[in-house]
Amino acid sequence: MGLPWGSVATLAWRNLWRNRRRTVIMLLAIAVGVWAMVFMASLMRGMTDQMVRNGLQSLPGEVQIHHPDYRADPSVVNSMAPPAPALRAALEAAPVAAWSGRVRVPAVIASERDSRGVTLLGVDPLAEQAIGALPGELVAGRFLESADDRGLVIGAKLASRLETGLGKRVVIMSQDPNNDVADRGARVVGIYRARLQGNEDRFVYGGRTALQDMLGIEEMISEIAVTANDYRHVDQWYPQLAVAAGTELETLPWTELDGFLGTMLAVQDGLSLIIMVVIFIALSFGLVNTLVMAVFERVREIGLMQALGMRPGLIVLQIMLESLYLLCLGLLLGNLLAVATIKPLESGVDISSVASAMEMMGMGTVLYPVLASFDMLMSTAVVVILGLLASIAPAWRASRLDPVKALNKH
Amino acid sequence: MNTVSCSALSKTFHQGEEEITGLDDVSLEVEAGDFVCLSGPSGSGKTTLLNAIGGLDTPDSGEITVGGQRVDQLSRGELADLRLHKIGFVFQAYNLIPVLSARENVELVMQVQGVPVQERRQRSSRVLEEVGLTGMEGRRPGELSGGQQQRVAVARAIVSKPTLVLADEPTANLDSHSAAQLMNLFMELNTQRGITFVIATHDTRVMAYARRLISMRDGRIVSDVQQQPHAMAV
Amino acid sequence: MNVTWVLAWRNLWRHRRRTWLTVGAMVFSNVLLVFLISLQLGSYQMMIDSTLGAFTGHIQVQQHEYLEQQRMRQSVPAAAGLAAQLRQLEGVQAVAARAEAFALASSQERSFGILLTGVQPEYEPGVSTFPGLLAEGRYLEKSDAAEIVVGAVLARNLKVGLGDEVTFLGSGRDGSFAAAVATVVGILHSGIDEVDRSVAQLPLGYFQQVFAMGDAGHSVVIRVPKLDQVDGMVEALRSQLASREDLAVLDWDALQPGLRQAITSDMASAWLMYSVLIVLVAFSVLNTQLMSVLERTREFGVMLALGVSPQRLARLIGVETLLMATLGLVLGILLGAILTAYLGHTGFTYPGMEALNSRFNLPARIYPPLSLLSLLWGPLLVFLGALLAAVYPALRLLSLQPVAAMRAV
Repeated sequence: MGLPWGSVATLAWRNLWRNRRRTVIMLLAIAVGVWAMVFMASLMRGMTDQMVRNGLQSLPGEVQIHHPDYRADPSVVNSMAPPAPALRAALEAAPVAAWSGRVRVPAVIASERDSRGVTLLGVDPLAEQAIGALPGELVAGRFLESADDRGLVIGAKLASRLETGLGKRVVIMSQDPNNDVADRGARVVGIYRARLQGNEDRFVYGGRTALQDMLGIEEMISEIAVTANDYRHVDQWYPQLAVAAGTELETLPWTELDGFLGTMLAVQDGLSLIIMVVIFIALSFGLVNTLVMAVFERVREIGLMQALGMRPGLIVLQIMLESLYLLCLGLLLGNLLAVATIKPLESGVDISSVASAMEMMGMGTVLYPVLASFDMLMSTAVVVILGLLASIAPAWRASRLDPVKALNKH
Repeated sequence: MNTVSCSALSKTFHQGEEEITGLDDVSLEVEAGDFVCLSGPSGSGKTTLLNAIGGLDTPDSGEITVGGQRVDQLSRGELADLRLHKIGFVFQAYNLIPVLSARENVELVMQVQGVPVQERRQRSSRVLEEVGLTGMEGRRPGELSGGQQQRVAVARAIVSKPTLVLADEPTANLDSHSAAQLMNLFMELNTQRGITFVIATHDTRVMAYARRLISMRDGRIVSDVQQQPHAMAV
Repeated sequence: MNVTWVLAWRNLWRHRRRTWLTVGAMVFSNVLLVFLISLQLGSYQMMIDSTLGAFTGHIQVQQHEYLEQQRMRQSVPAAAGLAAQLRQLEGVQAVAARAEAFALASSQERSFGILLTGVQPEYEPGVSTFPGLLAEGRYLEKSDAAEIVVGAVLARNLKVGLGDEVTFLGSGRDGSFAAAVATVVGILHSGIDEVDRSVAQLPLGYFQQVFAMGDAGHSVVIRVPKLDQVDGMVEALRSQLASREDLAVLDWDALQPGLRQAITSDMASAWLMYSVLIVLVAFSVLNTQLMSVLERTREFGVMLALGVSPQRLARLIGVETLLMATLGLVLGILLGAILTAYLGHTGFTYPGMEALNSRFNLPARIYPPLSLLSLLWGPLLVFLGALLAAVYPALRLLSLQPVAAMRAV
């Protein structure tokens, strides 16, 4: 005997609307709950995304290759040779989108007035642009024109500390592999503003070739930064790069280069889920209450159905369906509301009033909530699964009613 | 073969600390096609007996056989099936599901039985016509009078072609006219279709319709007589 | 009036399950709120304490332009003397003078540009935790010894160990050439790379000699016993130094602006979450009370017919809600207190917490402290929300007509 879906479904739907006001209130509550779930998840996702993106820009890249001792001792002594053919081939192949070989060493920059410790970056501007590692926005002058450019680009904060400016001369000093001072005068050709003030203070850009000359390291570089524009799945593609680089070099994904960021991402989905579950539990009290009241009011009717020969299973089904309708309607409403409110906010919620704090956490001054269908699906799953679970008890109790007592209820 | 056979049924109710005797060693045989009235004041046990026969309530001791099946030994699921296929119920009130129309109420049982749509339609139309409610199929119980509601209940009770119809005080909420109509309907179904009727009532007008009148008091059968039924004036 | 309370109480228990479910929602939210808020406030406290306690201190006295521009010449005259003077102030826990300069540090194998700090060896441990984080060797002792203490990463990068010499070159306060050699006597290990990479400390006297500071320094660091005493101390310092126009008294908020704002933004997002909980609980109460009112329509009709005023009826609903809300409040606070006290004892952590917390100078395991504020804040708001939710149902009662009501099903 097949299940009489038609009548059970009809019964469930119509019974839902018997008490319109109560159903509407419950619907609103579920919708608000679902909206909150998706909103919080979107906010968190946006924050994490941003944090990660900024972090990746600072690293830069999703994968980095260095001399094995470089990370512990980021000195010119631990430089690496430019990529061997095998590595080069891997770098030119998918899924790698772009890569940049860079020199990165500690140095001192001195103007007439002052000197400061900085991190000197010898780069090829085209490659840097390809991996998205160009510093913020230029407020004066220009960026480097090529890897041979002999000019320097420094941050605005640094420029003001050194009391120097565009076109002025500065001296850059570092160490060569023999621990002798390697220095050179250069002109400031560009001044930039970075999203993170700390970076503005620290990073000084020069043409790679020019700096290799100064440091006397010929073609050697400090690191290779690689990006595939897919930071979430880096574990899938970096191993083949590691193989191509060989055991002489260290190849690491960003999750290991910046433990904080990696953890943040891993934890984010879990936290979103927890928030959703907590919100749902708060809702569930009201849901169970509504269902119990609905059953309570229909005790006689349930007794009647039993008398007519409806098996207990069908009665359970009917009540669970009722609950399912309620949950799905609420979900629909809540998700629609979420899309309607979050999409317009995706272009940014300005929170510059708490700007410095955001910087401390690695984010910019504008929040970009990211609406992901994943979050909406997760909220749907949470609500449906937990909601049905919560409905089991009242539904089961309804089927267990003693028909005689039920029929005689006043 | 007897449709209903009860032997030494007993049931005691407990209300707080009191013990109330529902049934006290009741034995009864009902033949197929019989039209029986169970009469007696409230608390006499007629409803309890009816519920026991219909598998809604299990006695503390004794045996019940309906249509060859030992009702007192069936599981909940099997009892439900029994009520679905073999027994029709008509109660005093609250017979219908308020959110379903008259036709849908009638078709409900057939749907649960798995009867295909076309056949359901035909049978429900026919049976609603039989009870004189053509044209009212689409109305919900809230839009029907007491008598009309009871007639829908009867339609539903018989549409699944039961062998036995149990009615508990079916006319209690009806005016004389409607009550007479209802009882005439019962009579018709009994004579034309051979459905066995067991009706619990304390309405003397209803008792007059019975061919067999069983009086109960304090959980016992005190008299069991055959009589000549006569209809009420409509 | 008394009758109302008794009646209200009994009405609540007519539908036990319903009342308990509604109270349950309140208790759940309250327990969560008490725990989360305790955790939050506790974390903030710790974050501030450990960030400030590490190096910044609660208050600093600097030359008034120094914070912004950081020039060597923007110095505090007679820094040690000023420190001694301020040490006498009431309510002060510790005071230390410091000076800073940029220099190129070279070992045998490497050179690095670093920020050197001149400290008072006998007073610095009172305002900073760094001296206590020595992994090897000892801290600085005499004010004019040619010694240096460095962070572990810096030591590694310079390839120096205990006993090795470090040369440094820089410019003095008057712009003159400054050069000196110091022996590494101690290596610091804080576990935080940023710190271990940058710490390099000399005794103040020696520093002043090398960099031609005279008796000047760049800041006087002050520590007070408790955070809430900072404002008072800032006032006292300002009046004490009112005559010195060249000096500025800076509290920790000015020294570490990100800190307060990090807390504010974290609170904002947390409160967004809490508000959602409170709203949902209010909905729950609204639902329950509304149903409760609607199903008693007939009963209320009878009461109206008997002469009870609609206002009394509305008040009845109000009292019922009040009783339920109080139940939820009390139970919630109780259970929340127990849970938080328990976790405050055993500590609380979740996977991934260690990495996240280290960024903010927090340990991997937090022991949420219970305070009156954390205990009451959340639950009281839930309580208010519940009371507000009763307004609509109560209002409906005010417009009830007796005859129509009694006829209701």
